[in-house]
Amino acid sequence: MNKKSKVVRYNKWGYIFLIPFIVTYVVFQLVPLVSTVYNSFFENYRSGLTQIGPNFVGLQNYVTIIQNGDLPTYFANTMIMWVMCFVPQIIISLLLGAWFTDPSLRLKCQQFFKTVIYLPNLIMASAFAMLFFTLFADSGPINSMLMQIGVLDEAYKFMSNVWSVRTLIATMNCLMWFGNTTILLMAGMMGIDTSLFEAAQVDGATATQIFYRITLPLLKPILVYVMITSLIGGLQLFDVPQILTNGTGDPMRSSMTLIMYLNKHLYSKNFGLGGALSVILFIVTGILSLIVYKITVKEED
Amino acid sequence: MAANNSKAGQTDKCASVHVRRVIAYIVLILISFLCLFWFYVLFINATRSNAELGGGFTPVPSNHFIENWTNLKNGTLPIFNGMLNSLIISVLTATLATYFSTMTAYAIHAYQFKAKKFMFTFILMVMMIPTQVTALGFIQLIGKMGLDNTAIPLIVPAIASPAVFFYMKQYMDSTLPLSLIEAARIDGSGEFKTFNQIVLPLMKPAIAVQAIFSFVASWNNYFTPALVLHEDKKKTLPILIAQLRAADWLKFDMGQVYMMIAFSIFPVIIVYLILSRHIVSGVTLGSVKG
Repeated sequence: MNKKSKVVRYNKWGYIFLIPFIVTYVVFQLVPLVSTVYNSFFENYRSGLTQIGPNFVGLQNYVTIIQNGDLPTYFANTMIMWVMCFVPQIIISLLLGAWFTDPSLRLKCQQFFKTVIYLPNLIMASAFAMLFFTLFADSGPINSMLMQIGVLDEAYKFMSNVWSVRTLIATMNCLMWFGNTTILLMAGMMGIDTSLFEAAQVDGATATQIFYRITLPLLKPILVYVMITSLIGGLQLFDVPQILTNGTGDPMRSSMTLIMYLNKHLYSKNFGLGGALSVILFIVTGILSLIVYKITVKEED
Repeated sequence: MAANNSKAGQTDKCASVHVRRVIAYIVLILISFLCLFWFYVLFINATRSNAELGGGFTPVPSNHFIENWTNLKNGTLPIFNGMLNSLIISVLTATLATYFSTMTAYAIHAYQFKAKKFMFTFILMVMMIPTQVTALGFIQLIGKMGLDNTAIPLIVPAIASPAVFFYMKQYMDSTLPLSLIEAARIDGSGEFKTFNQIVLPLMKPAIAVQAIFSFVASWNNYFTPALVLHEDKKKTLPILIAQLRAADWLKFDMGQVYMMIAFSIFPVIIVYLILSRHIVSGVTLGSVKG
């Protein structure tokens, strides 16, 4: 009896230790979330010097933002740049991960290579974008290098071509994230029972066969995890295109992403449309997060 | 006959391993080059004067490093303020995030209570929700609280960092035996004291890794600070970079522009190179186990 009450007395500390987290989360995440949703049902913006609203308009903001044509375009831009970044990223990461974990290759300087490929992940994205902007400027070092070695006759205008801007953005993100993906995939590959590889080798399987028949299928859960988390990150694409294009998403808003669009509404204080956009993004990332949660919990058990 | 065959197969395999190893090294060197090239050019260009930069690229550094630095320091951008603001915000964010996430993880790890499972599930589910989707309400809230244009809304929310929590929980599962806490209780240590004096020191390796990650994330953060901070003196480095981009940059001394970028990037690179061993091995611990 006495012992039990003592245990209960200890366990109330579980609640006490949770207080800071819960209070902070409720104040700075949940309350803002609720008020964002609330805002999305009101017409509330500035037109010149006159303040319009807030007036309750129901789902009108959602209809406006979906029908005025910008949202689908920006969603497509975001997705195009994500695919351009993710496909090379996952191929390189799988390849490097397979090489690093292959015992028969015995690669030297692994620590050095891992350090180097992870490095871009820690770089300030805005400074990295600014760096690329100056390097790829019309009179920047890349153009002068390419002209010096005779690849180009005159400067290529990287910043005025739809696909070169998108490629630059995708390249920067790919560089920043492939190291992280490689290390995650490596952990997954090292978790695979080595006796499976040995058995396959005894049966005469080649390295390629082992990779496709054993490594890839066993890696599927972690691959899905990497893909969905990358997709969630891809939907948040902001710093790099914002700085590279100075917030315009030029040329012709072809590199304008969803969060840049949201940022515009936040700056112009159009809380109605901004709210509707936030809620849409919340629902999409919420669904994706649920999938990640399911995978994580399955791995836990 | 059979022995002969397998011997031929053996040499074949050796040759193929050799070829694969050569390919692997070539690709790795190429990729490492792609990762480092930009920072090399940045370093070179930060040492060159505006006139030299106008004359095209050369791979050797020049001697205007100090000059660019002095010009930048005495220029219009408040970079020292920016650095100081970034530093204060990042250090406090890292401290709060690691201390309170460890505390949250400890609550879930060491105690049995009714809402335990619910809380754990809840935190895991919200872990991936980006802060951008609640930014609108967040800005309105801090406006009402009178915290607009202060560093507080960039620091205090770090107390609730689900991703750091998850990492700490994983680490505790593998290294913190409940019997130890039990022993501390028998010795008469209070729960809060046990946490601070026994659990925290044991968690040092995990705290170090997460402190670095939280610091870097906060140091690099642009979206929220740009919405919260308006006064030049209070701005952080990423906002100053954005300002540099928005200015008519052709009028700028390009040597200074490169110096400014170098100034925001190289401190992190240097710290990373010193601590890289711990960082790279620390990445995987907080994610799914393979």
